[in-house]
Amino acid sequence: MTTPFNPADLLAILPELVLLGATCAILLIDLFLKPGQRDITHWLSIAALAMTAYFVWRGAPDLRQATTAFNGMFLHDGISVVLKQFVLLMSGLGLLYGRNYMRERKLLIGEFYLLILFATLGMMLLVSAGSLISAYLGLELLALSSYALVALNRDSAISAEAAIKYFVLGALASGLLLYGMSMVYGATGTLELARISASIGQVEHPGWLAFGLVFIVAGIAFKLGAAPFHMWLPDVYQGAPTSVTVFIGSAPKLAAFGLAYRLLEGGLGGLSGHWTLMLAILSVFSLAIGNLFAIAQSNLKRMLAYSTISHVGFLLLGFVGAMPAGYSAAMFYAISYSLTAAVAFGMIALLARTGFECEEIEDFKGLNQRSPWYAGIMAIAMFSLAGVPPLFGFFAKLLVLKAAIDAGFLWLAIVAIVFAIIGIYYYLRVVKVMYFDTAGDATELPLPADLPMRWVISLNGLALIVLGFAWGPLFDWCNRAFGI
Amino acid sequence: MITLAHFLALGAVLFCIAVAGIFINRKNVIVLLMCLELMLLAVNTNFVAFSRFLGDPSGQVFVFFILTVAAAEAAIGLAILVVLFRNRATIDVTDIDKLKG
Repeated sequence: MTTPFNPADLLAILPELVLLGATCAILLIDLFLKPGQRDITHWLSIAALAMTAYFVWRGAPDLRQATTAFNGMFLHDGISVVLKQFVLLMSGLGLLYGRNYMRERKLLIGEFYLLILFATLGMMLLVSAGSLISAYLGLELLALSSYALVALNRDSAISAEAAIKYFVLGALASGLLLYGMSMVYGATGTLELARISASIGQVEHPGWLAFGLVFIVAGIAFKLGAAPFHMWLPDVYQGAPTSVTVFIGSAPKLAAFGLAYRLLEGGLGGLSGHWTLMLAILSVFSLAIGNLFAIAQSNLKRMLAYSTISHVGFLLLGFVGAMPAGYSAAMFYAISYSLTAAVAFGMIALLARTGFECEEIEDFKGLNQRSPWYAGIMAIAMFSLAGVPPLFGFFAKLLVLKAAIDAGFLWLAIVAIVFAIIGIYYYLRVVKVMYFDTAGDATELPLPADLPMRWVISLNGLALIVLGFAWGPLFDWCNRAFGI
Repeated sequence: MITLAHFLALGAVLFCIAVAGIFINRKNVIVLLMCLELMLLAVNTNFVAFSRFLGDPSGQVFVFFILTVAAAEAAIGLAILVVLFRNRATIDVTDIDKLKG
């Protein structure tokens, strides 16, 4: 069954090898840099991500083509290519948006870059996982790096608290996932997702499989942050340094989508009759808890964390049909959400200054008088998160709702729309505070002199409008990845 | 005669003790870390038992990976615990309550 080592397999994981090599090189180079020379690490890290993205693009002439490497451990298909490109893009944005914030707090250390690069490598392995082992290893590389990133500000009591909560609940989620994997392994006798999928019809103990499935769904829900497994998410988003929140709030959502797709559809697709209903229930809980709790928040990072939970509810709408069209819509949603969340969290990092976190909604009072341009960009991000046409977020919501209705879950789509309307309230509150309230001090807002960040966040904000009008090519790309 | 069912029962009991320890424990974060470790060991018991009775070695390979990751995880967990203790001078679970809402 297994074949010996085939050198051609290395070609399939070339992007990962490039990123690993570059990360190790940056690790060594960074050791010899003086604290004032951290810009070298910064631009080298961005270059490493760009180079990896180039190799991902070059290795995938046709998105419909799927190959496997290392005896099925590693999948190289359109889904992994699209997810990897966006994971790399979001990680790069995380580095750009975080630099100034970290520098002003004297936290701009090499570890910030290295942990993000290793987490990115973990996400790339995760979205290409072809076996339970590679899925677990990719997931843990991402998770362990994220725990350390959250605790990066060693002198902050709330960061330490967020990190320990993240660690304990994240490890619990991994334990649940692993327990489920062990039951699935026992029932099917293989760790390879394709062979698990093939042998689901003729297992000796279907009970073990169903038992394992429950644990796997619970583990995935923890990692996605779907209610009622969302307890860690608001604390982590609020407690982490804002630059880290930018990163963990965007790219890992794409990876979590990849994990859910690989395990549920790739491995346990034959049990979709069981898991679609579980996901539908998780989706309702997430939509309700995310949107209702967000209304009560005064801290913007915490409010956006609850909004993430509600967006996970929307993302799960794409899964309830267990059909490629739904997955494609869910992937489109994950991309749209991470691009928008990067602007929203990035804006908090942009406006923060030494000794002033700018993370309360009150802190955005009268932003329009002080900086109309950035108030506009923030307003675009809020409207896109709320799903106001014609912005990017609206079409993402439309496509997942259509997928849910096509799958026969009309009631779920109605619930989602009702909660989306409730959700508009708290997004509009931020816009209201920016445009109709006056700031206590109407002084000019001193923006950081980090020009690359200001340019990129402006482009990122404008992209939400452009993609709102020209979302077709991106959606075609997602559809091609799923062979539609 | 010890059958697969015995091993699975042992794994399930260990897993339940670990989960109960995480949710019931109100005293000490170190106990939480021990429970997390116990949880992974319960999974390892399952994997080894299945691997032995299926005659398929890949489950045992997975166990080696889990053990390695568990070691890294414990290292990071303890490091975060040290950071927490430096800032708070306590590792009591009930005192970790600054973030809520």
